[in-house]
Amino acid sequence: MLERPKRKNPVLRTRLPTLPPAARSRIALGLTAAAALGRFELQQCRDCGTVQYPPREACQQCLSIRLDWKPQPPGGELLAATVLHHSNDLFFRERLPWRLGLVKLDCGPTVVAHLHELVGAAPGRVIVAAKLDRAGQAVLVALPGKEANMAEDRQLREFTCDPKYRKVLVTDGKSALGQAVVKVLAAAGAELIWVGYAEPWKKFAGFDDLRKIPQVTLLPLDVTDSKNVREVAAEIGGKVDILVNNAEYHRAFGIGNRAGVDTARAEMDVNYFGLLRLAQEFGPAMRSRGADGLASAAAWVNLLSIYALANFPPHGTFSASKAAAYSLAQCLRAEMRPAGVRVINVFPGPLDDEWNQLLPPPKVTPAALAHAIVKALQEGVEDVYPGDVAQEWLARWRDNPKALEKELST
Amino acid sequence: MTVLAELAKGLAGGKIRVIDLTETLSPEFPHISLPPEMGQAWPFRIEEVSHYDERGPAWYWNNFSCGEHTGTHFDAPVHWVSGKDLPNNAVDSIPPERFIGPAFVLDCSKQAAADADFLLTQEFIGKWEKQHGRIAPRSWVLMRTDWSKKSGDAAAYQNYDETGQHTPGPDTDAVRFLVEERDILGFGTESIGTDAGQAYHLRPPYPCHYYMHGAGRYGLQCLRNLDQVPPTGAIVVAAPLKIRNGSGSPLRVLALVESR
Repeated sequence: MLERPKRKNPVLRTRLPTLPPAARSRIALGLTAAAALGRFELQQCRDCGTVQYPPREACQQCLSIRLDWKPQPPGGELLAATVLHHSNDLFFRERLPWRLGLVKLDCGPTVVAHLHELVGAAPGRVIVAAKLDRAGQAVLVALPGKEANMAEDRQLREFTCDPKYRKVLVTDGKSALGQAVVKVLAAAGAELIWVGYAEPWKKFAGFDDLRKIPQVTLLPLDVTDSKNVREVAAEIGGKVDILVNNAEYHRAFGIGNRAGVDTARAEMDVNYFGLLRLAQEFGPAMRSRGADGLASAAAWVNLLSIYALANFPPHGTFSASKAAAYSLAQCLRAEMRPAGVRVINVFPGPLDDEWNQLLPPPKVTPAALAHAIVKALQEGVEDVYPGDVAQEWLARWRDNPKALEKELST
Repeated sequence: MTVLAELAKGLAGGKIRVIDLTETLSPEFPHISLPPEMGQAWPFRIEEVSHYDERGPAWYWNNFSCGEHTGTHFDAPVHWVSGKDLPNNAVDSIPPERFIGPAFVLDCSKQAAADADFLLTQEFIGKWEKQHGRIAPRSWVLMRTDWSKKSGDAAAYQNYDETGQHTPGPDTDAVRFLVEERDILGFGTESIGTDAGQAYHLRPPYPCHYYMHGAGRYGLQCLRNLDQVPPTGAIVVAAPLKIRNGSGSPLRVLALVESR
């Protein structure tokens, strides 16, 4: 169990972030691609069925090159454990001692894994999971069971962005989603939650409930106002460990059923430029705090939409603004990577809110989406697709993006 | 001495004081809100172009954006459907002599302090005229409420509750009286809108917009410092930007006031 981190001594130097080894071959990135979604996949030979590790070009059994990434059962036997007391790698050198082990997976191969502190001496049963490390690359971890808490493990906390003990900014507290996120974050043990709200002269439903949550500080924040974003970042940017950008402008229009560009422009101003303004003002401070102890800067969450992958014509301009935001989020991910700050993109299906009134269910409830966001932080995944519609679209899009486009245009 | 030479002398010697009736344009200044499914006026926003830096080493400047009806602003007759077909109804075609005119300031500050929904009535105007004299044709009538003293607190200035906005303004009969019986140039207020916050419920909705613009008259809103302008005798200079077919524009409103 981790103790609550001590308050930071503000006159001490903040150490610079370091990263674990990040180089991977293109094939090895298949492990990362699955881990980014929270999946454990290894290559499996289409001809002889052998499961491969480490990732390779040809089957180690039959030399076939027909290797497919497939979900694998996570169980295995810990063969040996060891504790690293020396490393020339800067990242591990700063974190010694470090415990590692060899696990013989039930599906065949033997792998090297980082060990949870509750994994006992070998031999013993473990669950193996693929997790993204601070460099954003997949590594394997061995856990004592499926429900193992990684955030309270000194080593494995590095692979999560758990909000416990962390200070979080939620950019829009006016929406039902924002309020649900705040409540779930508070229940997950966030130390402090700043909650932004635009147009402060309009009192909103739920304002008083938010104020009652002891961790919450409400502050006027309008992501369309550069000066305001700059001032808020100047005030709190150096303390924000997790930024959840849920500010969103959504109207249900395509091209032909709304004259002019004002609505589309407002969508871009919040959904795209809002992200850009936040990233320019909060990004530098968060990057400087990637190694600031147990409650370091850890994650940046973007509320995107499944419509970012493929345009949903009835909400066509909104889809376009989310596609723009998605592209910018990839840029942000690249720029946050040297600090080990994870960028989590959330692609929900339609939310059960005012602007999706005419869409039939299933629709994602704000509470369900809030839980999905906090779970993504706790598990350290990069891309989340909450809701049945999002899951279904994702599967269709991965299978054939052109087919999905055609299906959506009829 | 010519009239203008007298004016110049008065300004130089301090006999004529210039009062700024304008709010500062800033992103924080509250803006008009419509139901969210309708088109929205852009709030005032400002982005730095350069600040003696790599984007422009020796100069500082900004780009700003806003709607025509932002901050202290002018309403032209074309703004309202009732004035859409009038001649010279847009900011670029209004004859420029209309931008300078005498002002009559009706002090409703006590009434507005007691009741945010205070409506200026014809009866009120009648009493005011008994005290200060008849409102002259082609004059601005400015409704002083001291509402602008709330402008630092956006929530108090907008004054929303679950039934919408609550700010003072004129009632229907007062507007018709000023247009039809007094032939005024336009009507000015200190709150957002020349109409009251609850004017949607008057008949017709938004009577000041409807009758004032329907008769080719103008509006000024988000004024301030009306408490420094005497009830009669001031001259107001209110020239909007010359936007082609513009329905209004932010502007600097100045009052020339003679020292006693």
